[in-house]
Amino acid sequence: MRYLPLSDTDRADMLARVGVDSIDELFADIPEKVRLNELVDLPRRAGEMQVERQLSALASKNVAAGSVPFFVGAGAYKHHVPATVDHLIQRSEFLTSYTPYQPEITQGTLQYLFEFQTQVATLVDMDVANASMYDGSTGTGEAVLMAHRVTKRNKAVLSGGLHPQYREVVEGLSNMASDKVVSLPADPTGTEDILSQIDDETSCVVVQSPSFYGQIIDLKPIAEKAHEHGALLIAVFTEVVSLGLIEAPGTQGADIVVGEGQSIGNGLNFGGPYVGLFATRQKYIRQMPGRLCGETVDADGKRGFVLTLSTREQHIRRDKATSNICTNSGLCCLAFTIHLSLLGGKGLGQLATINHSNAVKLKKSLSEVSGVEVLNEAYFNEFTLKLSKPADAVVEALVEKGILAGVPVSRLEPGKPELENLLVVASTEVNTDEDRAALVAGLKEVLA
Amino acid sequence: MSMNHQGRPTSAGELTPSMLPKTFTGNRALDMEEPLIFEVGSFETVGVDLDVPEDVELELGKHARSKPVDLPGLAEPEAMRHYVRLSRNNYAIDSGLYPLGSCTMKHNPRLNEKMARLPGFGDIHPLQPLSTVPGAIELIDELAHWLMTMTGTSAVAMSPKAGAHGELCGMMAIKAAHKAAGRDPKIVLVPESAHGTNPATAALLGYKVVSIDAKEDGTVDFDALKDTIAAHEGNIAGIMLTNPNTCGLFERDIMEIAEAIHAADAYFYCDGANFNAIVGKARPGDLGVDAMHINLHKTFSTPHGGGGPGSGPVVLSDRLAAFAPLPFIRKGKDGIELIETEAQTQDNEQPFGRMTAFHGQMGMYVRALSYMMSHGSDGLKQASEDAVLNANYVRVGLQDLMSLPFGERPCMHEVLFDDSFLKDTGVTTLDFAKAMIDEGYHPMTMYFPLVVHGAMLIEPTESESRASLDLFTATMRDLVMSAQRGDVERFAGAPYLSPRRRLNETLAARKPVLKWTAPDPASVSPASS
Repeated sequence: MRYLPLSDTDRADMLARVGVDSIDELFADIPEKVRLNELVDLPRRAGEMQVERQLSALASKNVAAGSVPFFVGAGAYKHHVPATVDHLIQRSEFLTSYTPYQPEITQGTLQYLFEFQTQVATLVDMDVANASMYDGSTGTGEAVLMAHRVTKRNKAVLSGGLHPQYREVVEGLSNMASDKVVSLPADPTGTEDILSQIDDETSCVVVQSPSFYGQIIDLKPIAEKAHEHGALLIAVFTEVVSLGLIEAPGTQGADIVVGEGQSIGNGLNFGGPYVGLFATRQKYIRQMPGRLCGETVDADGKRGFVLTLSTREQHIRRDKATSNICTNSGLCCLAFTIHLSLLGGKGLGQLATINHSNAVKLKKSLSEVSGVEVLNEAYFNEFTLKLSKPADAVVEALVEKGILAGVPVSRLEPGKPELENLLVVASTEVNTDEDRAALVAGLKEVLA
Repeated sequence: MSMNHQGRPTSAGELTPSMLPKTFTGNRALDMEEPLIFEVGSFETVGVDLDVPEDVELELGKHARSKPVDLPGLAEPEAMRHYVRLSRNNYAIDSGLYPLGSCTMKHNPRLNEKMARLPGFGDIHPLQPLSTVPGAIELIDELAHWLMTMTGTSAVAMSPKAGAHGELCGMMAIKAAHKAAGRDPKIVLVPESAHGTNPATAALLGYKVVSIDAKEDGTVDFDALKDTIAAHEGNIAGIMLTNPNTCGLFERDIMEIAEAIHAADAYFYCDGANFNAIVGKARPGDLGVDAMHINLHKTFSTPHGGGGPGSGPVVLSDRLAAFAPLPFIRKGKDGIELIETEAQTQDNEQPFGRMTAFHGQMGMYVRALSYMMSHGSDGLKQASEDAVLNANYVRVGLQDLMSLPFGERPCMHEVLFDDSFLKDTGVTTLDFAKAMIDEGYHPMTMYFPLVVHGAMLIEPTESESRASLDLFTATMRDLVMSAQRGDVERFAGAPYLSPRRRLNETLAARKPVLKWTAPDPASVSPASS
């Protein structure tokens, strides 16, 4: 077996040295009646070529985003990732290193985490960012738990513009921990009255902007109302590129900012691995979940970095920890930070502008299609269409034409007639004029 | 030091670090100092060519950003050099033995990386129509088949994002099962030797954690466990047990433990972090396990990436299968189907909710399946046997000099020493570990598990050759003898030769500096750095 260095001679010699007659003696503690001789029902070893052939056959059954006009978003986005990023994250020293518990020999990881934290905090305009969560949805769940610790209350109010699967993650955790959740009905146009839901029992208000439906939300009045009642505003985003063009949640008064970082540096990967971004105010850092990297000096007085404030964490505090998170999303952070280092603030602004411009162009082209109404006035690179027919059937009909048109809201919110005809459509820098023309032509045909 | 007639040292090995020349740059040949991106990049630089259209109409409402994001950019060659230089300050499994106990730092095959990057896996969207991703669903189902077959279980929740997330998933399924049966027990039993994530997970769900003592041989005290169960009759939700445990020992009484737990209407959660020891040798389902997460980033070689991403699918017994979270795959007469919402569920399916948006760590699934297919049933078993053999080989190579807390008995895939061999030497476990760094090794897991004093937990994995293990044991022997001879300096100041020496963690925690801030121009003098 190509991954195993021991030869049969080595094994025999080593068993002798260990003082046993057979390898099975080393497994003698396993109760005899359950000891296995072999794993049945599984194939035997295979060479590289065979494995590659079989997996390639599976992969080829799927339609890759890059091979068709592609407008699918709703929490994960198709962006161009510079070739440099994927090369660098495959450096052995990054790829095959563990969590940096020994800082003397993991300064590479620690320094990029420090840079990552600084980039994220700057981007969202908050004091402190952690070294990542698994993704945006689980980060949102953690943010709600953190708000409960800070406010010593247990009621969360979730906006109807929050990604439905993010909402389900929060609801699941809250139900299990016997916390309260008020989930507002779906809000495609960003016109819900969330302010009236905030009271003195509210721990936090969770608002996504741009929303699941693409609408940009004014967070400032929500922050103000929350603060009047001693509650926190948790601002969520799923499209981090939007921050290149729209006001940062921190600037608008958010107390915890959490989002999905996939769009920068990371591919679609059918939903994971992604990277959760998590930031907050200085005064709350001891209630924060996740790893934090901090600056210090070494024995020679040279600047260096370490994981710090670990007395919040499970390996020290066990059942008193702020979270059970251990492994997070290190390599996806690296991809994020490399891509953002290439872009810088200026490049991010440019990228965001191209995304927005493509969305504006798409909206204009769609306005000529009868049976299509765009529901959003203020949006970034994504908006919701109200179609004259159920969206899931329209999307399937467009698959036949080789177009991936968007996400029918009913896929995530089934059984709600008022949402049945809604289609969430995203447009990023990868879309061309030809892509837009194909979608417009396709929709005209399907909706006719 | 001996000199030749030209006054040069005859052996470079006799130079000590303090005798090395000071350099202008602070660099030492290939060992480079690298500033932060904020100190070298500029806002004006963009390392990606983007064609920004002119006269863009904005439809942002009143929400345009008031000022640009103040972050520096790097040109492509600057970025390349920055990150390559950073990478060179990292230890990695590709460059050396990485004996972190309970972390399973094994070889990460590059075939797996290549497979995960096939556009049909890497470039597909989680919400594109399911009719356009049948190969992805098939792959997830195939991986699930391997996991269930290896563990002897009947269901698997694929979506958890890492080991601790899998623990949370398993314990949520347990909580849901109790609720469905009209029970509301409040206690979860956790042995002293457990990973910190176990009690943290139980507490997150509102459970009270009751600790179970270990016997003198390092395994769970079954009699004490029975007493605890009796003392809290009707109020125990389950037990969270690692097997093989974190002392590197297989819990001999595991089937009796499972039976006692089940008799108390409770569930058996197994922490699967140490599954690498028993793949192909025993199936957790046969041992009575109800739920176990599998760290694909340990046992099945997906790379650790400096702290993730991981992936933690949870296999479930018949008793818990119905409670698996969304999404899950259903097999029916029309083939396999991905169930994403409550509305699609049938009577026998009672998902407790959802762990994460989308479908879990697809990128890790591809890598893990590629690993499994490469090994096959025979190779997986061989890998576990080699992992256990390697750990025992290290054990017998060191047991006369270092101290085994539980006597000279065989271990599983990792061997635990305590620090009694360092008694009266003035050298601590930490010092000893830091001296290993100077010898070119990543230290083993230290001060864990908590059940022995000054723990050193060594897991060599099956990826090490005999020659590699021989050099490692010889190095460890030299270090032990050096400590016992009283060469304290080799340890107390260590590491001397790494990119950084010991870092001041107290300072970092007392005055947290968690991001870079621009220096105040008034306070910068040329001498400060």
